[in-house]
Amino acid sequence: MGGHLNINHLMFLGQGALWTIGLSLVALIGGGIVGFVIALARISPLKSVRIASAVYVQLIQGTPLLVILFLGYFGLAAIGLKVSPLAAAGASLTLYVAAYLGEIWRGCIQSVPKPQWEAAEGLALSRTQRMTKVILPQAIRIATPPTVGFMVQIIKNTSLASVVGFVELMRSGQIVNNSLFEPFAIYAIIAVTYFAMCYPLSLFSQRLEQRMGRGRSNLAPA
Amino acid sequence: MQQIPAASEPIVSLRDVKKSFGSLLVLDGVSFAVQRGEVLALIGRSGSGKSTALRCIDRFEKVDGGEIVVCGHRVDRPDVNLRALRQDVGIVFQSYNLFPHLTIEQNITLAPCAVKGVATAQAKDLARKVLAQVGLEEKLHAYPEQLSGGQQQRAAIARSLAMQPKVMLFDEVTSALDPELTAEVLKVIEQLAADGMTMVMVTHEMGFAKGIADRIVFMHRGKVHETGPASILTSPTTPELTQFVGTGNLKS
Repeated sequence: MGGHLNINHLMFLGQGALWTIGLSLVALIGGGIVGFVIALARISPLKSVRIASAVYVQLIQGTPLLVILFLGYFGLAAIGLKVSPLAAAGASLTLYVAAYLGEIWRGCIQSVPKPQWEAAEGLALSRTQRMTKVILPQAIRIATPPTVGFMVQIIKNTSLASVVGFVELMRSGQIVNNSLFEPFAIYAIIAVTYFAMCYPLSLFSQRLEQRMGRGRSNLAPA
Repeated sequence: MQQIPAASEPIVSLRDVKKSFGSLLVLDGVSFAVQRGEVLALIGRSGSGKSTALRCIDRFEKVDGGEIVVCGHRVDRPDVNLRALRQDVGIVFQSYNLFPHLTIEQNITLAPCAVKGVATAQAKDLARKVLAQVGLEEKLHAYPEQLSGGQQQRAAIARSLAMQPKVMLFDEVTSALDPELTAEVLKVIEQLAADGMTMVMVTHEMGFAKGIADRIVFMHRGKVHETGPASILTSPTTPELTQFVGTGNLKS
């Protein structure tokens, strides 16, 4: 084909960018829900639940995302499940994000000082009430900056989904480049687009951290 | 199923309670009892086991042996109903432990609403009442971080009172406060004692213990070493208590 970069190419890249956002949302929402369960499982009163969730986290954290994506795509096909690239990438990223967010959030829950648990216990609140009314509201404040920071990682990591044929921003760039052979210009556009998606979140994360830092000194008992 | 203890039956009783942390024996056969309306002060050096003994009453520590009965609950048994126990027992900590994300009013109404199912409007009335008791009505809508240490501790006492406990435990509640703030918290506790509240307190304020306690339990190396009326602080019989009250613990 050849030719010059035109509006159609840009539209195609724009579509890819939308799929990147879509896949990021699937990964964050799916991973957020599963990750919340993982976080609670990691501090469960039941030892077997704690161990099972810890094994899950270690397995995922010790495996490259690229491998998880291949396993999701080819592995599910091997056991007879025909899945679309979107479903495979969404499921793989969900498992990946869940392990990391679960671990981040476990740390945040446990960083709420132990006396807060005891005070809630002393007031006869049930475990669920202690969690929902006392611990989680405080943990969420602590968890917000690292969670937003991790979102940036996820948006960038969705580019790996291009290897299973999912046409997101990275893959659409490859396709455009295959017809234009202008790799530098095209990958520069792609880089700028990723940056434009990630930078606002990074900025937001920094601002949250600053606000948290200010709040924390106020929270220390006199 | 749980009957109100008869006048002679103690509200809190510990019998031969043993507790170890690892190889460290912290409670070595501790026994004492608290009658209704009585104020008992647990005193002793750091590490003598007095705080552990107090925490065992509300089962923040599980005991290894012995018997603890609190308002009819067998606290030493594994099947004790913890939520029922803790509705009967109020506990106030050294570090206040107010919930920083909630206003003082919300701190107070949380447990009555969540545990006892008190209606919101009623719980708010209750919050005003208990805050008046500790002299903090005007702080209803403040957040804990906006209060001084003494005010936070009084708010924590109010939060505990809102559950209408049968006995209150105080774990070194003035240790983090300067003398002036200590005085305002102690005044609140004195008023509670005057109102007939049953209380067990771990304290380093010997002058206060002498003034308010009906009975003193002096702990030494995990054992009840000497016990008796407040007068034992001025005329101790054991050399350990003599040394303890003589080593600057009697604050002027």
